[in-house]
Amino acid sequence: MNNSVDIQAEDAFAAAMIEDDIRGRSLWVDAWHRLLKNRAAVISGIVMATMLLLVIVGPVVSPWEGDFTDWDNTSSPPSLETGHWFGTDSVGRDILVRTLEGGRISLLVGLVATLVSLAIGVSYGAVAGYYGGFTDRIMMRMVDIIYALPFMFFVILLMVVFGRHIVLIFVAIGAVNWLDMARIVRGQTLALKNTEFVEAARACGVDHNAIIRRHIIPNLLGVVMVYVTLTIPQIILVESFLSFLGLGVQEPMSSWGALVNDGAQDMESAPWTLIFPAAFLTVTLYCFNYIGDGMRDALDPKDRL
Amino acid sequence: MALLEVTGLKVNFDTPEGGVQAVNGLDFSVHAGESLAIVGESGAGKSQAVMAIMGLLAENGSASGKAEFNGQDLMLMSRKELNKIRGCEIAMIFQDPMTSLNPFLTIEKQMVEVIRQHQNLRRDEARAHAVEMLRAVRIPAPEERVKQYPHEFSGGMRQRVMIAMGLLCEPGLLIADEPTTALDVTVQAQITQLVGELREKSNMSLILITHDLAVVAEICDRILVMYAGQLVETGSSEDIFYRPQHPYTQGLLASVPRMDQPVDDELHSIPGNPPNLLDLGSGCHFRERCNKAMDVCKDDPPLQVAQDGRMSRCFIDMANGEMVAGSTDSGEDSAEFAE
Amino acid sequence: MRQEGILQHTASRLLGLIPTLLVLITIAFFLIRMAPGGPFDGEKILPPEIRANLDVKYHLDEPLIKQYFRYLGQIITLDFGPSFQYKDWTVNELIARGFPVSLTIGGLAMLLAFFLGTLIGIVAAMRQNTAVDYSIMGVAMLGISIPNFVVAPLLILLVAVYAGWLPAGGWDWSAQRMVLPVITLALPAIAYIARLTRGSMIEVLHSNYIRTARAKGLPEYLVIRRHALKPALLPVISFMGPATAALITGSVVIERIYSIPGLGSYFVQGALNRDYTLVMGVVVFYGVIIILLNFIVDILYAWMNPRIRYNEAQ
Repeated sequence: MNNSVDIQAEDAFAAAMIEDDIRGRSLWVDAWHRLLKNRAAVISGIVMATMLLLVIVGPVVSPWEGDFTDWDNTSSPPSLETGHWFGTDSVGRDILVRTLEGGRISLLVGLVATLVSLAIGVSYGAVAGYYGGFTDRIMMRMVDIIYALPFMFFVILLMVVFGRHIVLIFVAIGAVNWLDMARIVRGQTLALKNTEFVEAARACGVDHNAIIRRHIIPNLLGVVMVYVTLTIPQIILVESFLSFLGLGVQEPMSSWGALVNDGAQDMESAPWTLIFPAAFLTVTLYCFNYIGDGMRDALDPKDRL
Repeated sequence: MALLEVTGLKVNFDTPEGGVQAVNGLDFSVHAGESLAIVGESGAGKSQAVMAIMGLLAENGSASGKAEFNGQDLMLMSRKELNKIRGCEIAMIFQDPMTSLNPFLTIEKQMVEVIRQHQNLRRDEARAHAVEMLRAVRIPAPEERVKQYPHEFSGGMRQRVMIAMGLLCEPGLLIADEPTTALDVTVQAQITQLVGELREKSNMSLILITHDLAVVAEICDRILVMYAGQLVETGSSEDIFYRPQHPYTQGLLASVPRMDQPVDDELHSIPGNPPNLLDLGSGCHFRERCNKAMDVCKDDPPLQVAQDGRMSRCFIDMANGEMVAGSTDSGEDSAEFAE
Repeated sequence: MRQEGILQHTASRLLGLIPTLLVLITIAFFLIRMAPGGPFDGEKILPPEIRANLDVKYHLDEPLIKQYFRYLGQIITLDFGPSFQYKDWTVNELIARGFPVSLTIGGLAMLLAFFLGTLIGIVAAMRQNTAVDYSIMGVAMLGISIPNFVVAPLLILLVAVYAGWLPAGGWDWSAQRMVLPVITLALPAIAYIARLTRGSMIEVLHSNYIRTARAKGLPEYLVIRRHALKPALLPVISFMGPATAALITGSVVIERIYSIPGLGSYFVQGALNRDYTLVMGVVVFYGVIIILLNFIVDILYAWMNPRIRYNEAQ
């Protein structure tokens, strides 16, 4: 009973909508509680938050700068005395700072490219799903075709063609990665379109845009959130891949992938140059995956994988 | 001696929200050749009781009590021992024929495996037997049909296949868990009739779980009424239909629309909702919805047992309709459910 | 409503391939042409007349559209043209050299991933929510999270350098040089397939028809083998299409790290050196393989699913 809400509805639909919002909120709260019960997801969340903090604050408070070459201490193992807690690389740069700065880039790419992919994917998918029929078929056919193309090769091609500018990396990866998002959003939109509350809205004469805004999009949020948390690690991985091949961010910027590449070359003599960036990268991916899984379980417990 | 004798059956489920007592101390028996109907609303515990007996409970379920079949306690058997009985001496058919058959295997494979699991027949003999069984349940052209996949059968036909599959080894007891609920009304009648006929031919016992009283009237000798995991009334079909004692049973019967009622009379229903099994509390679980409820119903009602096996879990005396001796009341006594 | 049987299904899928292939070729063609710098820029500075001659020889002076259709025509006859980078070789020859290597590693990795992955997944599903399940899935999660270019150097370090059991790289078609690359390549796929199988199997085990199978008195191993296995594996089969694509992409890095002369390394070199024809050739080649494999997987799925296979038009 919503006695606490003063419903001055001009029509029953608006009243129902408000009711929907109230009900909707408690579903989110439900999901949040379920998420909190998932220990793996919670621990991962804490670790990621710590990582974020380190990556943002670390390089600022560190005594070393990323490009400072400490000629007295080249290729030196981690030690407290030299002040290089993670050791140095072959030209004397502090691995800890480099790792943290690399983290900034990797996480940034992950986030921004995901947003690009989100923007394209959600709009494309929602339009296809909502308008249905021929529009939908054509749009999805295009997705199918593009999906069949060797993704990585095209990213590489794009990097080669347009150079290694960082903004480009965001765009290139995001532009190739939006397909899954589009498919999922389209599927969800289709399902939503056929629900009773949308039918009711249309029966009351609400126009398309309003329906999309008020009903479709809020209900897409769940599915999209899950997918976003699973896409970020994917993208970080792609970027690392590119950097490893020498096609990622350009010097002096560095990302975890590039650091791993450098480290791999010295791994016999100076394994710490490989281990620390690799560990940070792996832990990040690991945590994001658990968080994504946790969110999927929380928002749709039937969907366990 | 009864074919199946169940005593003190309790079934509990461990859920994230707490423990759910689905069945709370159920006793009943089934004799050779007789058919027992277990009726009640959804959530009354009917299905879970027989699942427990058959060893088919979900992972978070646990059961206690005794279920003696031909003298052996099913609840104590190992998986291996139970497998000798399941499908062979006790057969079970389920509510949803659309999903109860494996969509990836032909009917033949699914039927023959039952035969070969329990009997020592050759493959061609087993297939012939399966075809015969399909014929007995009136599937047309069984020799061709047997090679088909479930999706090529309609809902009613799939249920017939399930029945045929159940009867392959000539079980002494068939348990049917709401076999007609998912089917069209006309198909329901056919299936019910089929089960009745087959039963008569083989003198097989039947436990029929349903919430449809019409089906019960046709083919069952005795009725057991369950509510909130407990037995509330039991007796012969005739007794229950014509002389229901428990207010719940009376309410159920009154809810069935009658042919001799005026068409524009309002349909009757039992007010309220089934209780929340997470939080049952003590006393009579039906009292919130009972129009004959009295103060005394806050205590656990006694299970009255008459000589002929008639039982009622209520403070209202079966014999004379008054309070069970020893209790005082000042409650209303509406004569709405006259017998 | 007509329903298609397996033949019609195959035919309609086959038709759908053609536009996909066309788009693939077109995009690749125009993309690589857009790259700044031409194929001959990296060389020593050539006198203009020779440049002009080279341009004519390789048809680089023609309008782009004409080059495109010329290329299309060539492709249909399976001629990918000469390599710009490796002067004496045609792209076909380069592909013929590199592909068998990639195929061996990729194929072995795929087999390993499928069999090991499904096995692990089934075990985890049957022991759901036990310590066995959690540890298996934890390790599987690790398999997804560690990039292969991290695993590879680590494996090399541990197995080849410190323990000395296997060589650190290189290629001579010997089994011992195959072990590390195949395992590294297969690892993420094993993990994905294990997770997928587990989820699928768990869902299947909760189906009504499994309950029926148990009610018939079948022992559990028969219930799993006869009733649960096929339905549970269907989504995994579907996944093999994209899984192969992933393996192919992964091979690029693997070949780099283990110094294996496969197609992936040719591609990367070609991309960096603007070897148009080589890059195109590899992209088209791999694209075709992926498309074909997806097609095969699709048909396999339809074949295994009686609802599609046996629905001939009445």
